[in-house]
Amino acid sequence: MKALRNYLDKIKPHFEEGGKLAMLRSVFEGMETFLFVSNETSKSGVHIHDSIDAKRTMTAVIIALLPALLFGMYNTGYQHYLAIGSAPGFWATFVYGLLAVLPIVAVSYIVGLGIEFTVAQWKKEEIQEGFLVSGILIPLIVPVDTPLWMIAVATAFAVIFAKEVFGGTGYNIFNVALVTRAFLFFAYPSAMSGDRVFVRTGSTFGIGEGAVVDGFSGATPLGQINIASNELAGSFHAVDALGNPLSSWDLFVGLIPGSIGETSAIAILIGAAILLFTGVASWKTMLSVFAGGVFTAAVFNLIGTTVAMSVSPLDHLLLGGFAFGAVFMATDPVTSARTETGKYIFGFLTGVVAIVIRTLNPGYPEGMMLAILLMNIFAPLIDYYVVESNIKRRMKRAVAK
Amino acid sequence: MGLSNKSKEILAGPLSKNNPVIIQMLGICSALAVTSKLEPSIVMAVSVTAVVAFANVIISLLRNTIPNRIRIIVQLVVVAALVTIVSEVLKAFAFDVNKQLSVFVGLIITNCILMGRLEAFALGNGPWESFLDGLGNGLGYGIILVIIGFFRELLGSGTLLGFQVIPEVFYQWGYVNNGLMILPPMALIVVAVIIWVHRARNKDLQEN
Repeated sequence: MKALRNYLDKIKPHFEEGGKLAMLRSVFEGMETFLFVSNETSKSGVHIHDSIDAKRTMTAVIIALLPALLFGMYNTGYQHYLAIGSAPGFWATFVYGLLAVLPIVAVSYIVGLGIEFTVAQWKKEEIQEGFLVSGILIPLIVPVDTPLWMIAVATAFAVIFAKEVFGGTGYNIFNVALVTRAFLFFAYPSAMSGDRVFVRTGSTFGIGEGAVVDGFSGATPLGQINIASNELAGSFHAVDALGNPLSSWDLFVGLIPGSIGETSAIAILIGAAILLFTGVASWKTMLSVFAGGVFTAAVFNLIGTTVAMSVSPLDHLLLGGFAFGAVFMATDPVTSARTETGKYIFGFLTGVVAIVIRTLNPGYPEGMMLAILLMNIFAPLIDYYVVESNIKRRMKRAVAK
Repeated sequence: MGLSNKSKEILAGPLSKNNPVIIQMLGICSALAVTSKLEPSIVMAVSVTAVVAFANVIISLLRNTIPNRIRIIVQLVVVAALVTIVSEVLKAFAFDVNKQLSVFVGLIITNCILMGRLEAFALGNGPWESFLDGLGNGLGYGIILVIIGFFRELLGSGTLLGFQVIPEVFYQWGYVNNGLMILPPMALIVVAVIIWVHRARNKDLQEN
């Protein structure tokens, strides 16, 4: 540690104004504050100081995302070998998934951080750390077979139009990772939905070659529900890639087709525990998203005429990106509601809208992305009215005395 | 060109510094609706230019005889007559494009640029200046439409004016047209990018 600090201090002058590497100043500063907590403090105004700065907070989120990422890698390999009908053992399965997922992570980080570094250098600002988390979220919410150039285009679009034009990290009104996914979803619908994209059937870097077995279908459980949505209730069971029926336990463990990081409720729960333990995310938002989802699903169960309406509340929480969105996306401190009461309202409505879209809209099997983006727009409004009502209540109390 | 400086200013102003779409934010609706392909964008641009130029001339000629209280009705009648003529011409000579533009030819009547120019310029200026003003504003609107249409058709369909310009081999390599470009939201973002570039090049237009 000491040696690293000394080394940084030694090369620092090169990056100062007038140094020979001054054009990389923001990069150096970003790296320095990433490795060591900055010694600089704000010089004006009154600030509450915390020993945890934004970079450390972001790191906590990334650690919380690791279980979902590692499970996603394993599941990618698992689904692949299921499709070609072989079982090569744990490590081979994991390595296949690792090789399939790592390029997506790399592309997302290179494009996103490249734009962030360029903008920071251009505007002579510090590099903002927001993309550390977005960059790992993006690979987790896309299907594994999304072409890399599409991810590059969508990431660039999201970072520029959802973040930089609003002023950078902390000013964006939409969750950047979700804008990336929304862009992919609307721009390249064939690469983002259907039964061909969620399971990679081809080989990755030459390993895992094989022909797809008979009876294989890569449709996600939500996709199957969507296809069957207009049939009468009672006749439908979600199945895995080979046609075996799936129980709620299977959905909980998460060895099912889906976007890379969203399938396993166990991995997401571990992440949620880390986020709550470190105090990075709000339990109020998480809990109320689940409450909203359960409530809406229960109401639809009561109506229960079609397959989509009769999916049980528990299954709704386990299916697709609901849990992932609730834990990692809805709790985004920038785009979610900031008042404590507002968090309940924001979360609850997110859950409601997600299930309503899933159940009633035949075009979109999954509603979590659109629900969170929609509620991102309303978050400032919710906060405004929460604050207003608080002021009114206190005014009344003051007048009454 | 025998144009005086004032005439040049009237004609050239709306093309950039006083553009109806990207400075005054008028006519955005039709700029979103008809620009998913280049051809309807061009036809729309020409139609609006013709209507606004001639409506300006006619209203300018009538400006001293129109009673102030009913001027909006008179303006609407003139514009409606011109739009009907344009619509009939399109039906006769460019039926396919007319079908693509559908109601938006008729809706030229409601284009804010038209009423804006009639109210703001034609009622107070002579026919020649009014003609130049209408022409300038129509072209200013048209330029933006054509730029939007160009990018939306190129990136959204891989074609320009219906001819494929992105080579087939790109598609074999895995290139896919951007479906979002066909949808109206992307038109807004393209308008925003045009405004961005325009303001960046003209520092005096930047608001604080």
